[in-house]
Amino acid sequence: MEAVPARPRGLAVDVGRAPAEGRIRRGGPVREGLRGYRLIVGMWIRSTMTYRTSFVLTTVGHAAITLLDFVAIYIMFSHVDALGGFTLPEIALLYGSCSASLGLADMLLGNTDRIGARIRDGSLDTMLVRPVPVLAQVAADRFALRRLGRIGQGLGVMGWALWTLDVDWTAGKVLLVPGMVLAGAAIFAAVMVTGAAFQFVTGDAAEVQNSFTYGGCTMLQYPPTVFAKDLLRGVTFVVPLAFVNWLPALHVLGRPDPLGLPGWVAYLSPLVAFVVFLPASLAWRAGVRSYRSTGS
Amino acid sequence: MRRRVRLYLAVAAGGFRRYATYGTATAAGVFTNTVFGFIVAYTYIALWDERPGLGGYDQAQALTFVWVSQSLLAAGALIGGGFQEELQERIRTGDIAVDLYRPADLQMWWLAADLGRAGFQLLGRGVVPLVAGALAFPLALPVDPLRWLLFLVSVLLALVVSFALRYMVGLVAFWLMDGAGVNIMATVTSIFFSGMLLPLTVFPGGFGEFVRALPWSAMLQVPLDVLLGRHAGAGGAAEALGFQAGWALVLLGAGRLLQSAATRKVVVQGG
Amino acid sequence: MADALISLDGVEKVFDVRRRVSLMRREKHRVRAVDGISFEVARGEMVGYIGPNGAGKSTTIKMLTGILTPSGGRLRVAGIDPARERMRLAHRIGVVFGQRTTLWWDLPLKDSYGLMRRLYRVPRARFEENLERCVDRLDLAELLDVPVRQLSLGQRMRGDIAAALLHDPEVLYLDEPTIGLDVVSKAKVRGFLRQLNEELGTTVLLTTHDLQDIEQLCERVMVIDHGRLMYDGPLGGLHTAGAVGESERTLVVDLERELAPISVAGARVVKVEGPRQWLAFPAGASAAPLVAAVAADYPLVDLSVREPDIEDVIARMYAGRG
Repeated sequence: MEAVPARPRGLAVDVGRAPAEGRIRRGGPVREGLRGYRLIVGMWIRSTMTYRTSFVLTTVGHAAITLLDFVAIYIMFSHVDALGGFTLPEIALLYGSCSASLGLADMLLGNTDRIGARIRDGSLDTMLVRPVPVLAQVAADRFALRRLGRIGQGLGVMGWALWTLDVDWTAGKVLLVPGMVLAGAAIFAAVMVTGAAFQFVTGDAAEVQNSFTYGGCTMLQYPPTVFAKDLLRGVTFVVPLAFVNWLPALHVLGRPDPLGLPGWVAYLSPLVAFVVFLPASLAWRAGVRSYRSTGS
Repeated sequence: MRRRVRLYLAVAAGGFRRYATYGTATAAGVFTNTVFGFIVAYTYIALWDERPGLGGYDQAQALTFVWVSQSLLAAGALIGGGFQEELQERIRTGDIAVDLYRPADLQMWWLAADLGRAGFQLLGRGVVPLVAGALAFPLALPVDPLRWLLFLVSVLLALVVSFALRYMVGLVAFWLMDGAGVNIMATVTSIFFSGMLLPLTVFPGGFGEFVRALPWSAMLQVPLDVLLGRHAGAGGAAEALGFQAGWALVLLGAGRLLQSAATRKVVVQGG
Repeated sequence: MADALISLDGVEKVFDVRRRVSLMRREKHRVRAVDGISFEVARGEMVGYIGPNGAGKSTTIKMLTGILTPSGGRLRVAGIDPARERMRLAHRIGVVFGQRTTLWWDLPLKDSYGLMRRLYRVPRARFEENLERCVDRLDLAELLDVPVRQLSLGQRMRGDIAAALLHDPEVLYLDEPTIGLDVVSKAKVRGFLRQLNEELGTTVLLTTHDLQDIEQLCERVMVIDHGRLMYDGPLGGLHTAGAVGESERTLVVDLERELAPISVAGARVVKVEGPRQWLAFPAGASAAPLVAAVAADYPLVDLSVREPDIEDVIARMYAGRG
């Protein structure tokens, strides 16, 4: 740390005060963003802890609300032995992994869907005058640790599935499991950022983004054999949700892809996650630019 | 008395108009309901292929169940939404004191406003998904106008039951600073026990019977069964509607008790 | 000006507004919110930026802070183009939006300051020094451990002003800093801003509806209306621009009956309406002797004193031009 310049007095002496930037070591926008994100998230976590009862209730509630989806599947299996040719533990693997992925993405930047409200009430302006990338601030906005509930129950169900299933493990498959959860979270995150970007144009359309995230996860918890081929093509090649868990999980389970894609495609999820961030970040930039050129 | 009725009608009309101004949000909601409708419909097809006649429905009836639930979801505030968070906010900020001095009953006031909202969402968010579902899948919608009439009465009762429960959730803010936890728990129960997630007739054995007797079943399962004709004959329909009306009265009454306890608390604290 | 910290040259901001003309049809039309504004502000100046609602004040401030991108013209703050280098600029400016707090609602006030220190990377010693000064002068010592949600409006505003100054900004923008505050809080805020400007040489640009803010703080005033700069000069100079000279307060008297305009020393009647008369007197003078004089000679029923207000000044300015 450099020595702090002596406090100048009076109108004429500005030299000591101006070079505020000079002493600032700054990383690239990504590093700056992550740093700002971390700081703001810390504030929200402390805020949450001021209402402990509510925190416990909401965390348990979140775990329960998402676990109920699995209870419904469980009830279905009290009547049938297989759904779309898949057994309960196999579906549990699908369910658990996409639930954990969505939970992770939702915790890390789920509140990007509040951007519409931020624009309407003008509080986006206060974010634009801070030395932190806006996306980092929007992502950290109202960070809610209670979303650990969903991640926890997702991982729990997935753990049960892997323990019950008789998987023919290879090194690749072992890596594929955590890789699928993380890449899946990244794909959902890209969808959330894109959805937030569209809110600059459409205003209060946060729900459309929910169709792709929550709706997507509802779909991914069932085996792909249940759905129409056109839908499968759409979620493989257009909005690549199939890479969140279907393709990697099918490979782990040793089942063929209904679209006939080769087995190595299962390993592409991280690459797909990386690729979808490109249009997402372009959309985000365009959104911020349109706000800054029109205001609201 | 007539003045009262006119007052509540005006409040309801206000609730309707207020939601009618959220054009984009409504369109986005319709899109979401339709997407979910498709996803759930495919899973039900798989399930009913495996077990035809599950829960007493054939496949077309099961699909009708899916699409009509998507249409009623926003109106019944089954997965959150509605007025309770606004009520909590007014309690938290103390604005509720103003409401208490209005020449209208607090519960009836909010009921009127919420029915207005529900009325809009029934039209604005209900019609399109149902039409989309009917175009894409073979549904078992009745042709008998009387059945539709009974269905509408049943939906109205469902909305009142839904309101009565959420009113109590809202009032909890008098005792808890932050309502978020209670709201989530309330949503969880309503999603699971209303039949949103899976028709309650599919729930197994004694648990199924227990679940079907709870008030949440009056919010979705009963109106759908009325529409699908499971409560055949005048006796069956009367029993179904009576079940709903019974819960509506009990819950509204409980809400009133809670309200007077809350009001006493305000008076003691001096507003 | 050689050392212009802020400079605008023909800056414009045009919005395309879609207006619903009927259920189906929308019409697009252009609004020139800022229509070619040029001015410079030197380091250490304290400038009032005033005008009616919708005149383009906020739009100008938003362009100066990098929130909005100008549609045309050239704009520099501390040598930086705000729209292009928003984040670099952020380190050198402080912004207070009167209606919106940047403080953390559920946390003690000091936690928000800790965040500012780290977001802006303020060296700890400098931070402590700045915080101590703000706490001392804005009277925040007892509020530091109080959650922000429990603060009054005036306390919160003081807290927000401190939060905007911890990173030693060269320019401080204040959007309606005294709106909704009680008299004591207003005085504290004004006193603090004056000291800040005098001792540290911080350049201050403030928008306000309260003429007293301007009178007590700003030597220079800019009036904007319909996106154009109508006046730029000392407050007293509004006189020559058409508005009535040194600002005046108004004594409104209700008499028992309709009378000819009152004649008392130190005031003149500007308006008569039935038994009610409006007397203008210099804002600096005390109202007490005037009231005594009126009460001694006339049948007085009721009275009130109206403070001068920005809208009055601007209205008079137009009247003078017309």
